[in-house]
Amino acid sequence: MSNIGTEEHPLQVAIVGSGPSGFYACEALLKSDICVNINMLERLPVPYGLVRSGVAPDHPKLKQAIKVYARIAESPRFKLLANVKVGLDLSVAELTESHHAVIFANGAETDRKLGVPGEDIPGSHTATEFVGWYNGHPDYRDKVFDLKSETAVIIGQGNVAADVARILAKSVDELKHTDIAEHALDTLAESNIKDIYVVGRRGPAQVKFTPKELREFESLELCQTIIDSEEMLLNPESAMELEDKSNSAQRKIYEQLSKLAALEHSNKPRNCHFTFLKSPKELLGSGHLEKVVFEHNQLSGDALQQSARGTGETLELETGLLFRSIGYRGIAMPSLPFDEQRGLIPNMDGRISENQQALPGLYVTGWIKRGPTGIIGTNRADSVATVQSLLEDLQTLDTGTEKSGADGVCNLLQTRNVRYVSFEEWEKIDQSEIDRGQPKNKPREKYTYINEMLDLLG
Amino acid sequence: MTTIVTDNCKSCRFTDCVTVCPVECFHFDDDMLYIDPDVCIDCSACIPECPVEAIFEVDDLPEDKEKWIEINAEKAADLPVCEDKMDPLPGAEERKTELGF
Ligand SMILES: Cc1cc2nc3c(=O)[nH]c(=O)nc-3n(C[C@H](O)[C@H](O)[C@H](O)COP(=O)(O)OP(=O)(O)OC[C@H]3O[C@@H](n4cnc5c(N)ncnc54)[C@H](O)[C@@H]3O)c2cc1C
Ligand SMILES: NC(=O)c1ccc[n+]([C@@H]2O[C@H](COP(=O)([O-])OP(=O)(O)OC[C@H]3O[C@@H](n4cnc5c(N)ncnc54)[C@H](OP(=O)(O)O)[C@@H]3O)[C@@H](O)[C@H]2O)c1
Ligand code: SF4
Ligand code: SF4
Repeated sequence: MSNIGTEEHPLQVAIVGSGPSGFYACEALLKSDICVNINMLERLPVPYGLVRSGVAPDHPKLKQAIKVYARIAESPRFKLLANVKVGLDLSVAELTESHHAVIFANGAETDRKLGVPGEDIPGSHTATEFVGWYNGHPDYRDKVFDLKSETAVIIGQGNVAADVARILAKSVDELKHTDIAEHALDTLAESNIKDIYVVGRRGPAQVKFTPKELREFESLELCQTIIDSEEMLLNPESAMELEDKSNSAQRKIYEQLSKLAALEHSNKPRNCHFTFLKSPKELLGSGHLEKVVFEHNQLSGDALQQSARGTGETLELETGLLFRSIGYRGIAMPSLPFDEQRGLIPNMDGRISENQQALPGLYVTGWIKRGPTGIIGTNRADSVATVQSLLEDLQTLDTGTEKSGADGVCNLLQTRNVRYVSFEEWEKIDQSEIDRGQPKNKPREKYTYINEMLDLLG
Repeated sequence: MTTIVTDNCKSCRFTDCVTVCPVECFHFDDDMLYIDPDVCIDCSACIPECPVEAIFEVDDLPEDKEKWIEINAEKAADLPVCEDKMDPLPGAEERKTELGF
């Protein structure tokens, strides 16, 4: 037996990605009874993944999860190397040469395609872009969203669609004391949007919103919610679904939607419409989106497995602005296997695998392991499971060669002139963002350009 | 707003809820679990995990269970944190059946 995982011979682990799944993997390793050194690589100069750049600015309490991550980062066995993109600044092979194990926790950074003509016409955006933009993600800093259109359409009925609708529906007063990026608040202040349509391909019994997120649509300052009560009617299979004990969460969601449908209409200047059983067929316009052609759907299949099928009947809606919020998608990592169909890294219990064979020393967790669903806490159970697989493999991870860990990686980065950012340096950026927010009564004003962040560090 | 564990958890303690809590805000005694309202971030991750539907958002809490708001706050303050999954209490499966789940 090798003495790997002891004080004399600590296990060297690299974690790629500093979102929830990366930090929970880190936590699970630090809690185990082996001695481990962890180097976390993050492509941005700032950590926390979608907790920073996905979770909506008007949900500040959820962002408190980062307190837990900051506590994990205090461990002397933890090192952050941010502003380092794996696959570009460092190769996967270089990480495996310098570490006994590498855990990929790099999330799902792109989006699914609708696959309809006109999908990419100007005026049609992905929710991913819009969310990144209002949350100050540097990749989307210079995206332009023209909110001159009086109508906005959102395709998809999950919680991301709810976030997008709510941000469009809220007044500047409702947003100005959140950590929303300044450039986004300025643009939203000029918005002409009056009608927001949140469109689902299936029925009201199959939406993916959660009740709490729907409840927020009861009491928006400028916006009332409109749901046609006829559209709340259920086909027999959907009624059966809601009776099913295993589906009680969905019943609560339907009840919350029904409550919204029953609200008295007021005369607020904005309307948010939830509408069901429609799929976009085509996005039309000359040079810019002008209208969307929808096809009506009906549900087919057994209860709990119903899918949407087009009826041939169409409907047109004039709009200059559309967001596709139909799910995120993972990006392939150079030299690692990738499941093109599902957009994730194939694995067996968190061990990265190719043709049903586990690749030694390579692990995966979070959205890039399971696909882009689940909330922050879901990743905790998931990372515990991946780390458990890693610990079961412990003895096989010692290949007899010395692993240089952080020293090896930092040397390589220095020779390549990659300016990596440590956790202490991130804390400097963090403090400066908080200070910038203070005069505006915001929890922080984020830096949104990478060079601004690096300039601050000198 | 906060999230509350109620009496269905008693003599049960399937700790499925704990594994998905992002902030370790569950506390435990020999009977059941309690949520620390000062630490809980109201993410609702635990609610669908509970096999006996013991956990509620405060807005959804049935009227006859309102006293649990205070009990959670008081108990959580003094009890140890439940970090990981624990073994269910003896008789947990029977109690689950008894509660109709
Ligand atoms: C818009 C939106 C809103 C959400 N709101 C909520 C909410 O309110 N409540 C809730 O509980 N959950 C919410 N979620 C879900 C939650 O954010 C995810 O479950 C969680 O962030 C997934 O964690 P992850 O670590 O797998 O991925 P991520 O959080 O995406 O982290 C991946 C990290 O890897 C980094 N990375 C990517 N590629 C590389 C590379 N090549 N090299 C180095 N680093 C790399 C990325 O920069 C990122 O920091 C939301 C998700 C979205 C999209
Ligand atoms: N506040 C929060 O807690 C919060 C906020 C944001 C995100 N999140 C979480 O993050 C995860 C990702 O959220 P998400 O909204 O991106 O994904 P999601 O919950 O999976 O929702 C995706 C939506 O897109 C629809 N869709 C998919 N393909 C489509 C197509 N080709 N045409 C039309 N519609 C299509 C889906 O409909 P079908 O059902 O018919 O496939 C579904 O309504 C979820 O787990 C979510 O709960 C949580
Ligand atoms: S899952 Fe439910 S019954 Fe089990 S410990 Fe948690 S709250 Fe109690
Ligand atoms: S709501 Fe979220 S933070 Fe609160 S106890 Fe449940 S899982 Fe933990």
